[in-house]
Amino acid sequence: MDKLKLVEQSLVNEDVPHFTAGDTVNVHYRVREGDKERIQQYEGVVISERGNSSNKTFTVRKISSNVGVERIFPLNSPFIAKIDVKKKGKVRRSKLFYLRELRGKAARIQEKDSRK
Amino acid sequence: MSGLIGKKVGMTSVFDNAGNSVPVTVIEIEPCTITQIKTEETDGYNAVQLSAFDKKEKSVSKAVKGHFDKAGSDVKAKVVEFRDYLPEGLDIGDELTIEDVFTVGEQVDVVGISKGRGFTGVIKRHNFSGVGDATHGQHNRLRAPGSIGGASDPSRVWKGMRMAGQHGNQRTKVKNLSVAKILPESNLMLVTGAIPGSKGGYVEIHNKASVTN
Repeated sequence: MDKLKLVEQSLVNEDVPHFTAGDTVNVHYRVREGDKERIQQYEGVVISERGNSSNKTFTVRKISSNVGVERIFPLNSPFIAKIDVKKKGKVRRSKLFYLRELRGKAARIQEKDSRK
Repeated sequence: MSGLIGKKVGMTSVFDNAGNSVPVTVIEIEPCTITQIKTEETDGYNAVQLSAFDKKEKSVSKAVKGHFDKAGSDVKAKVVEFRDYLPEGLDIGDELTIEDVFTVGEQVDVVGISKGRGFTGVIKRHNFSGVGDATHGQHNRLRAPGSIGGASDPSRVWKGMRMAGQHGNQRTKVKNLSVAKILPESNLMLVTGAIPGSKGGYVEIHNKASVTN
């Protein structure tokens, strides 16, 4: 099994910043339209992380024109140009699926005290 | 055809050049030693015998050990013959590594012993769909094969009728997998898709490019 981990570690993109559930991130995603390639930005709250090393994915939730949108990104996808961590959130669990039930002020996440 | 001996490590996924996530199988391929070269004059056909993966010397007979001694090699666990392949400039005792035989993007065939399923019914073995309903008074027919032929004509069962029996544990070849990645320093190769057998099982990887017939 160690050999498999060795392979997976070699496939991990080292440039990705560390973030976890509750953080607000801005994902710069490469979109290919015909021959042209442009970068699309997608900003929202990370509500879940799944898998490990090269197979890791994360789910970003945002409210777009009053509709909740969730997108799952593979962390090591070559389509991800950049990830900006905008805010560190203070949350008590690793999966924030309860946010799906909440709207507006109730769906806010307290910011983590960065002085520590 | 040329090829090498490997050991299945497990599966994972990689991103290809287009950015798609592709399932791959990791195969460990140690440098294979040439332990015998068969030629048309001496053996009636051309072939090269490769050996790989160490084995304890005390667990083989002296006859087997003598065979490896001839090639100046340690005792190996897996010995495979690759037919119609005459390595040029190579002799008994030389080693073949992944990079000697395979390149990234090349098509390969992988041969292994599939996982044994034991005595298996027709649903698992031949993808039958069972008989009738699960409800409406129906009972004990859910996974049955159904009719196996006519009663008065031909009044026998045709040869080759698909029935329950041993499933798996059979030599199986998966064709046209492509080499996704080669990690020469750790003796690993990644091929797209699944290959037969369990983790740790021996496999033969055949090079398609060198097929002569």
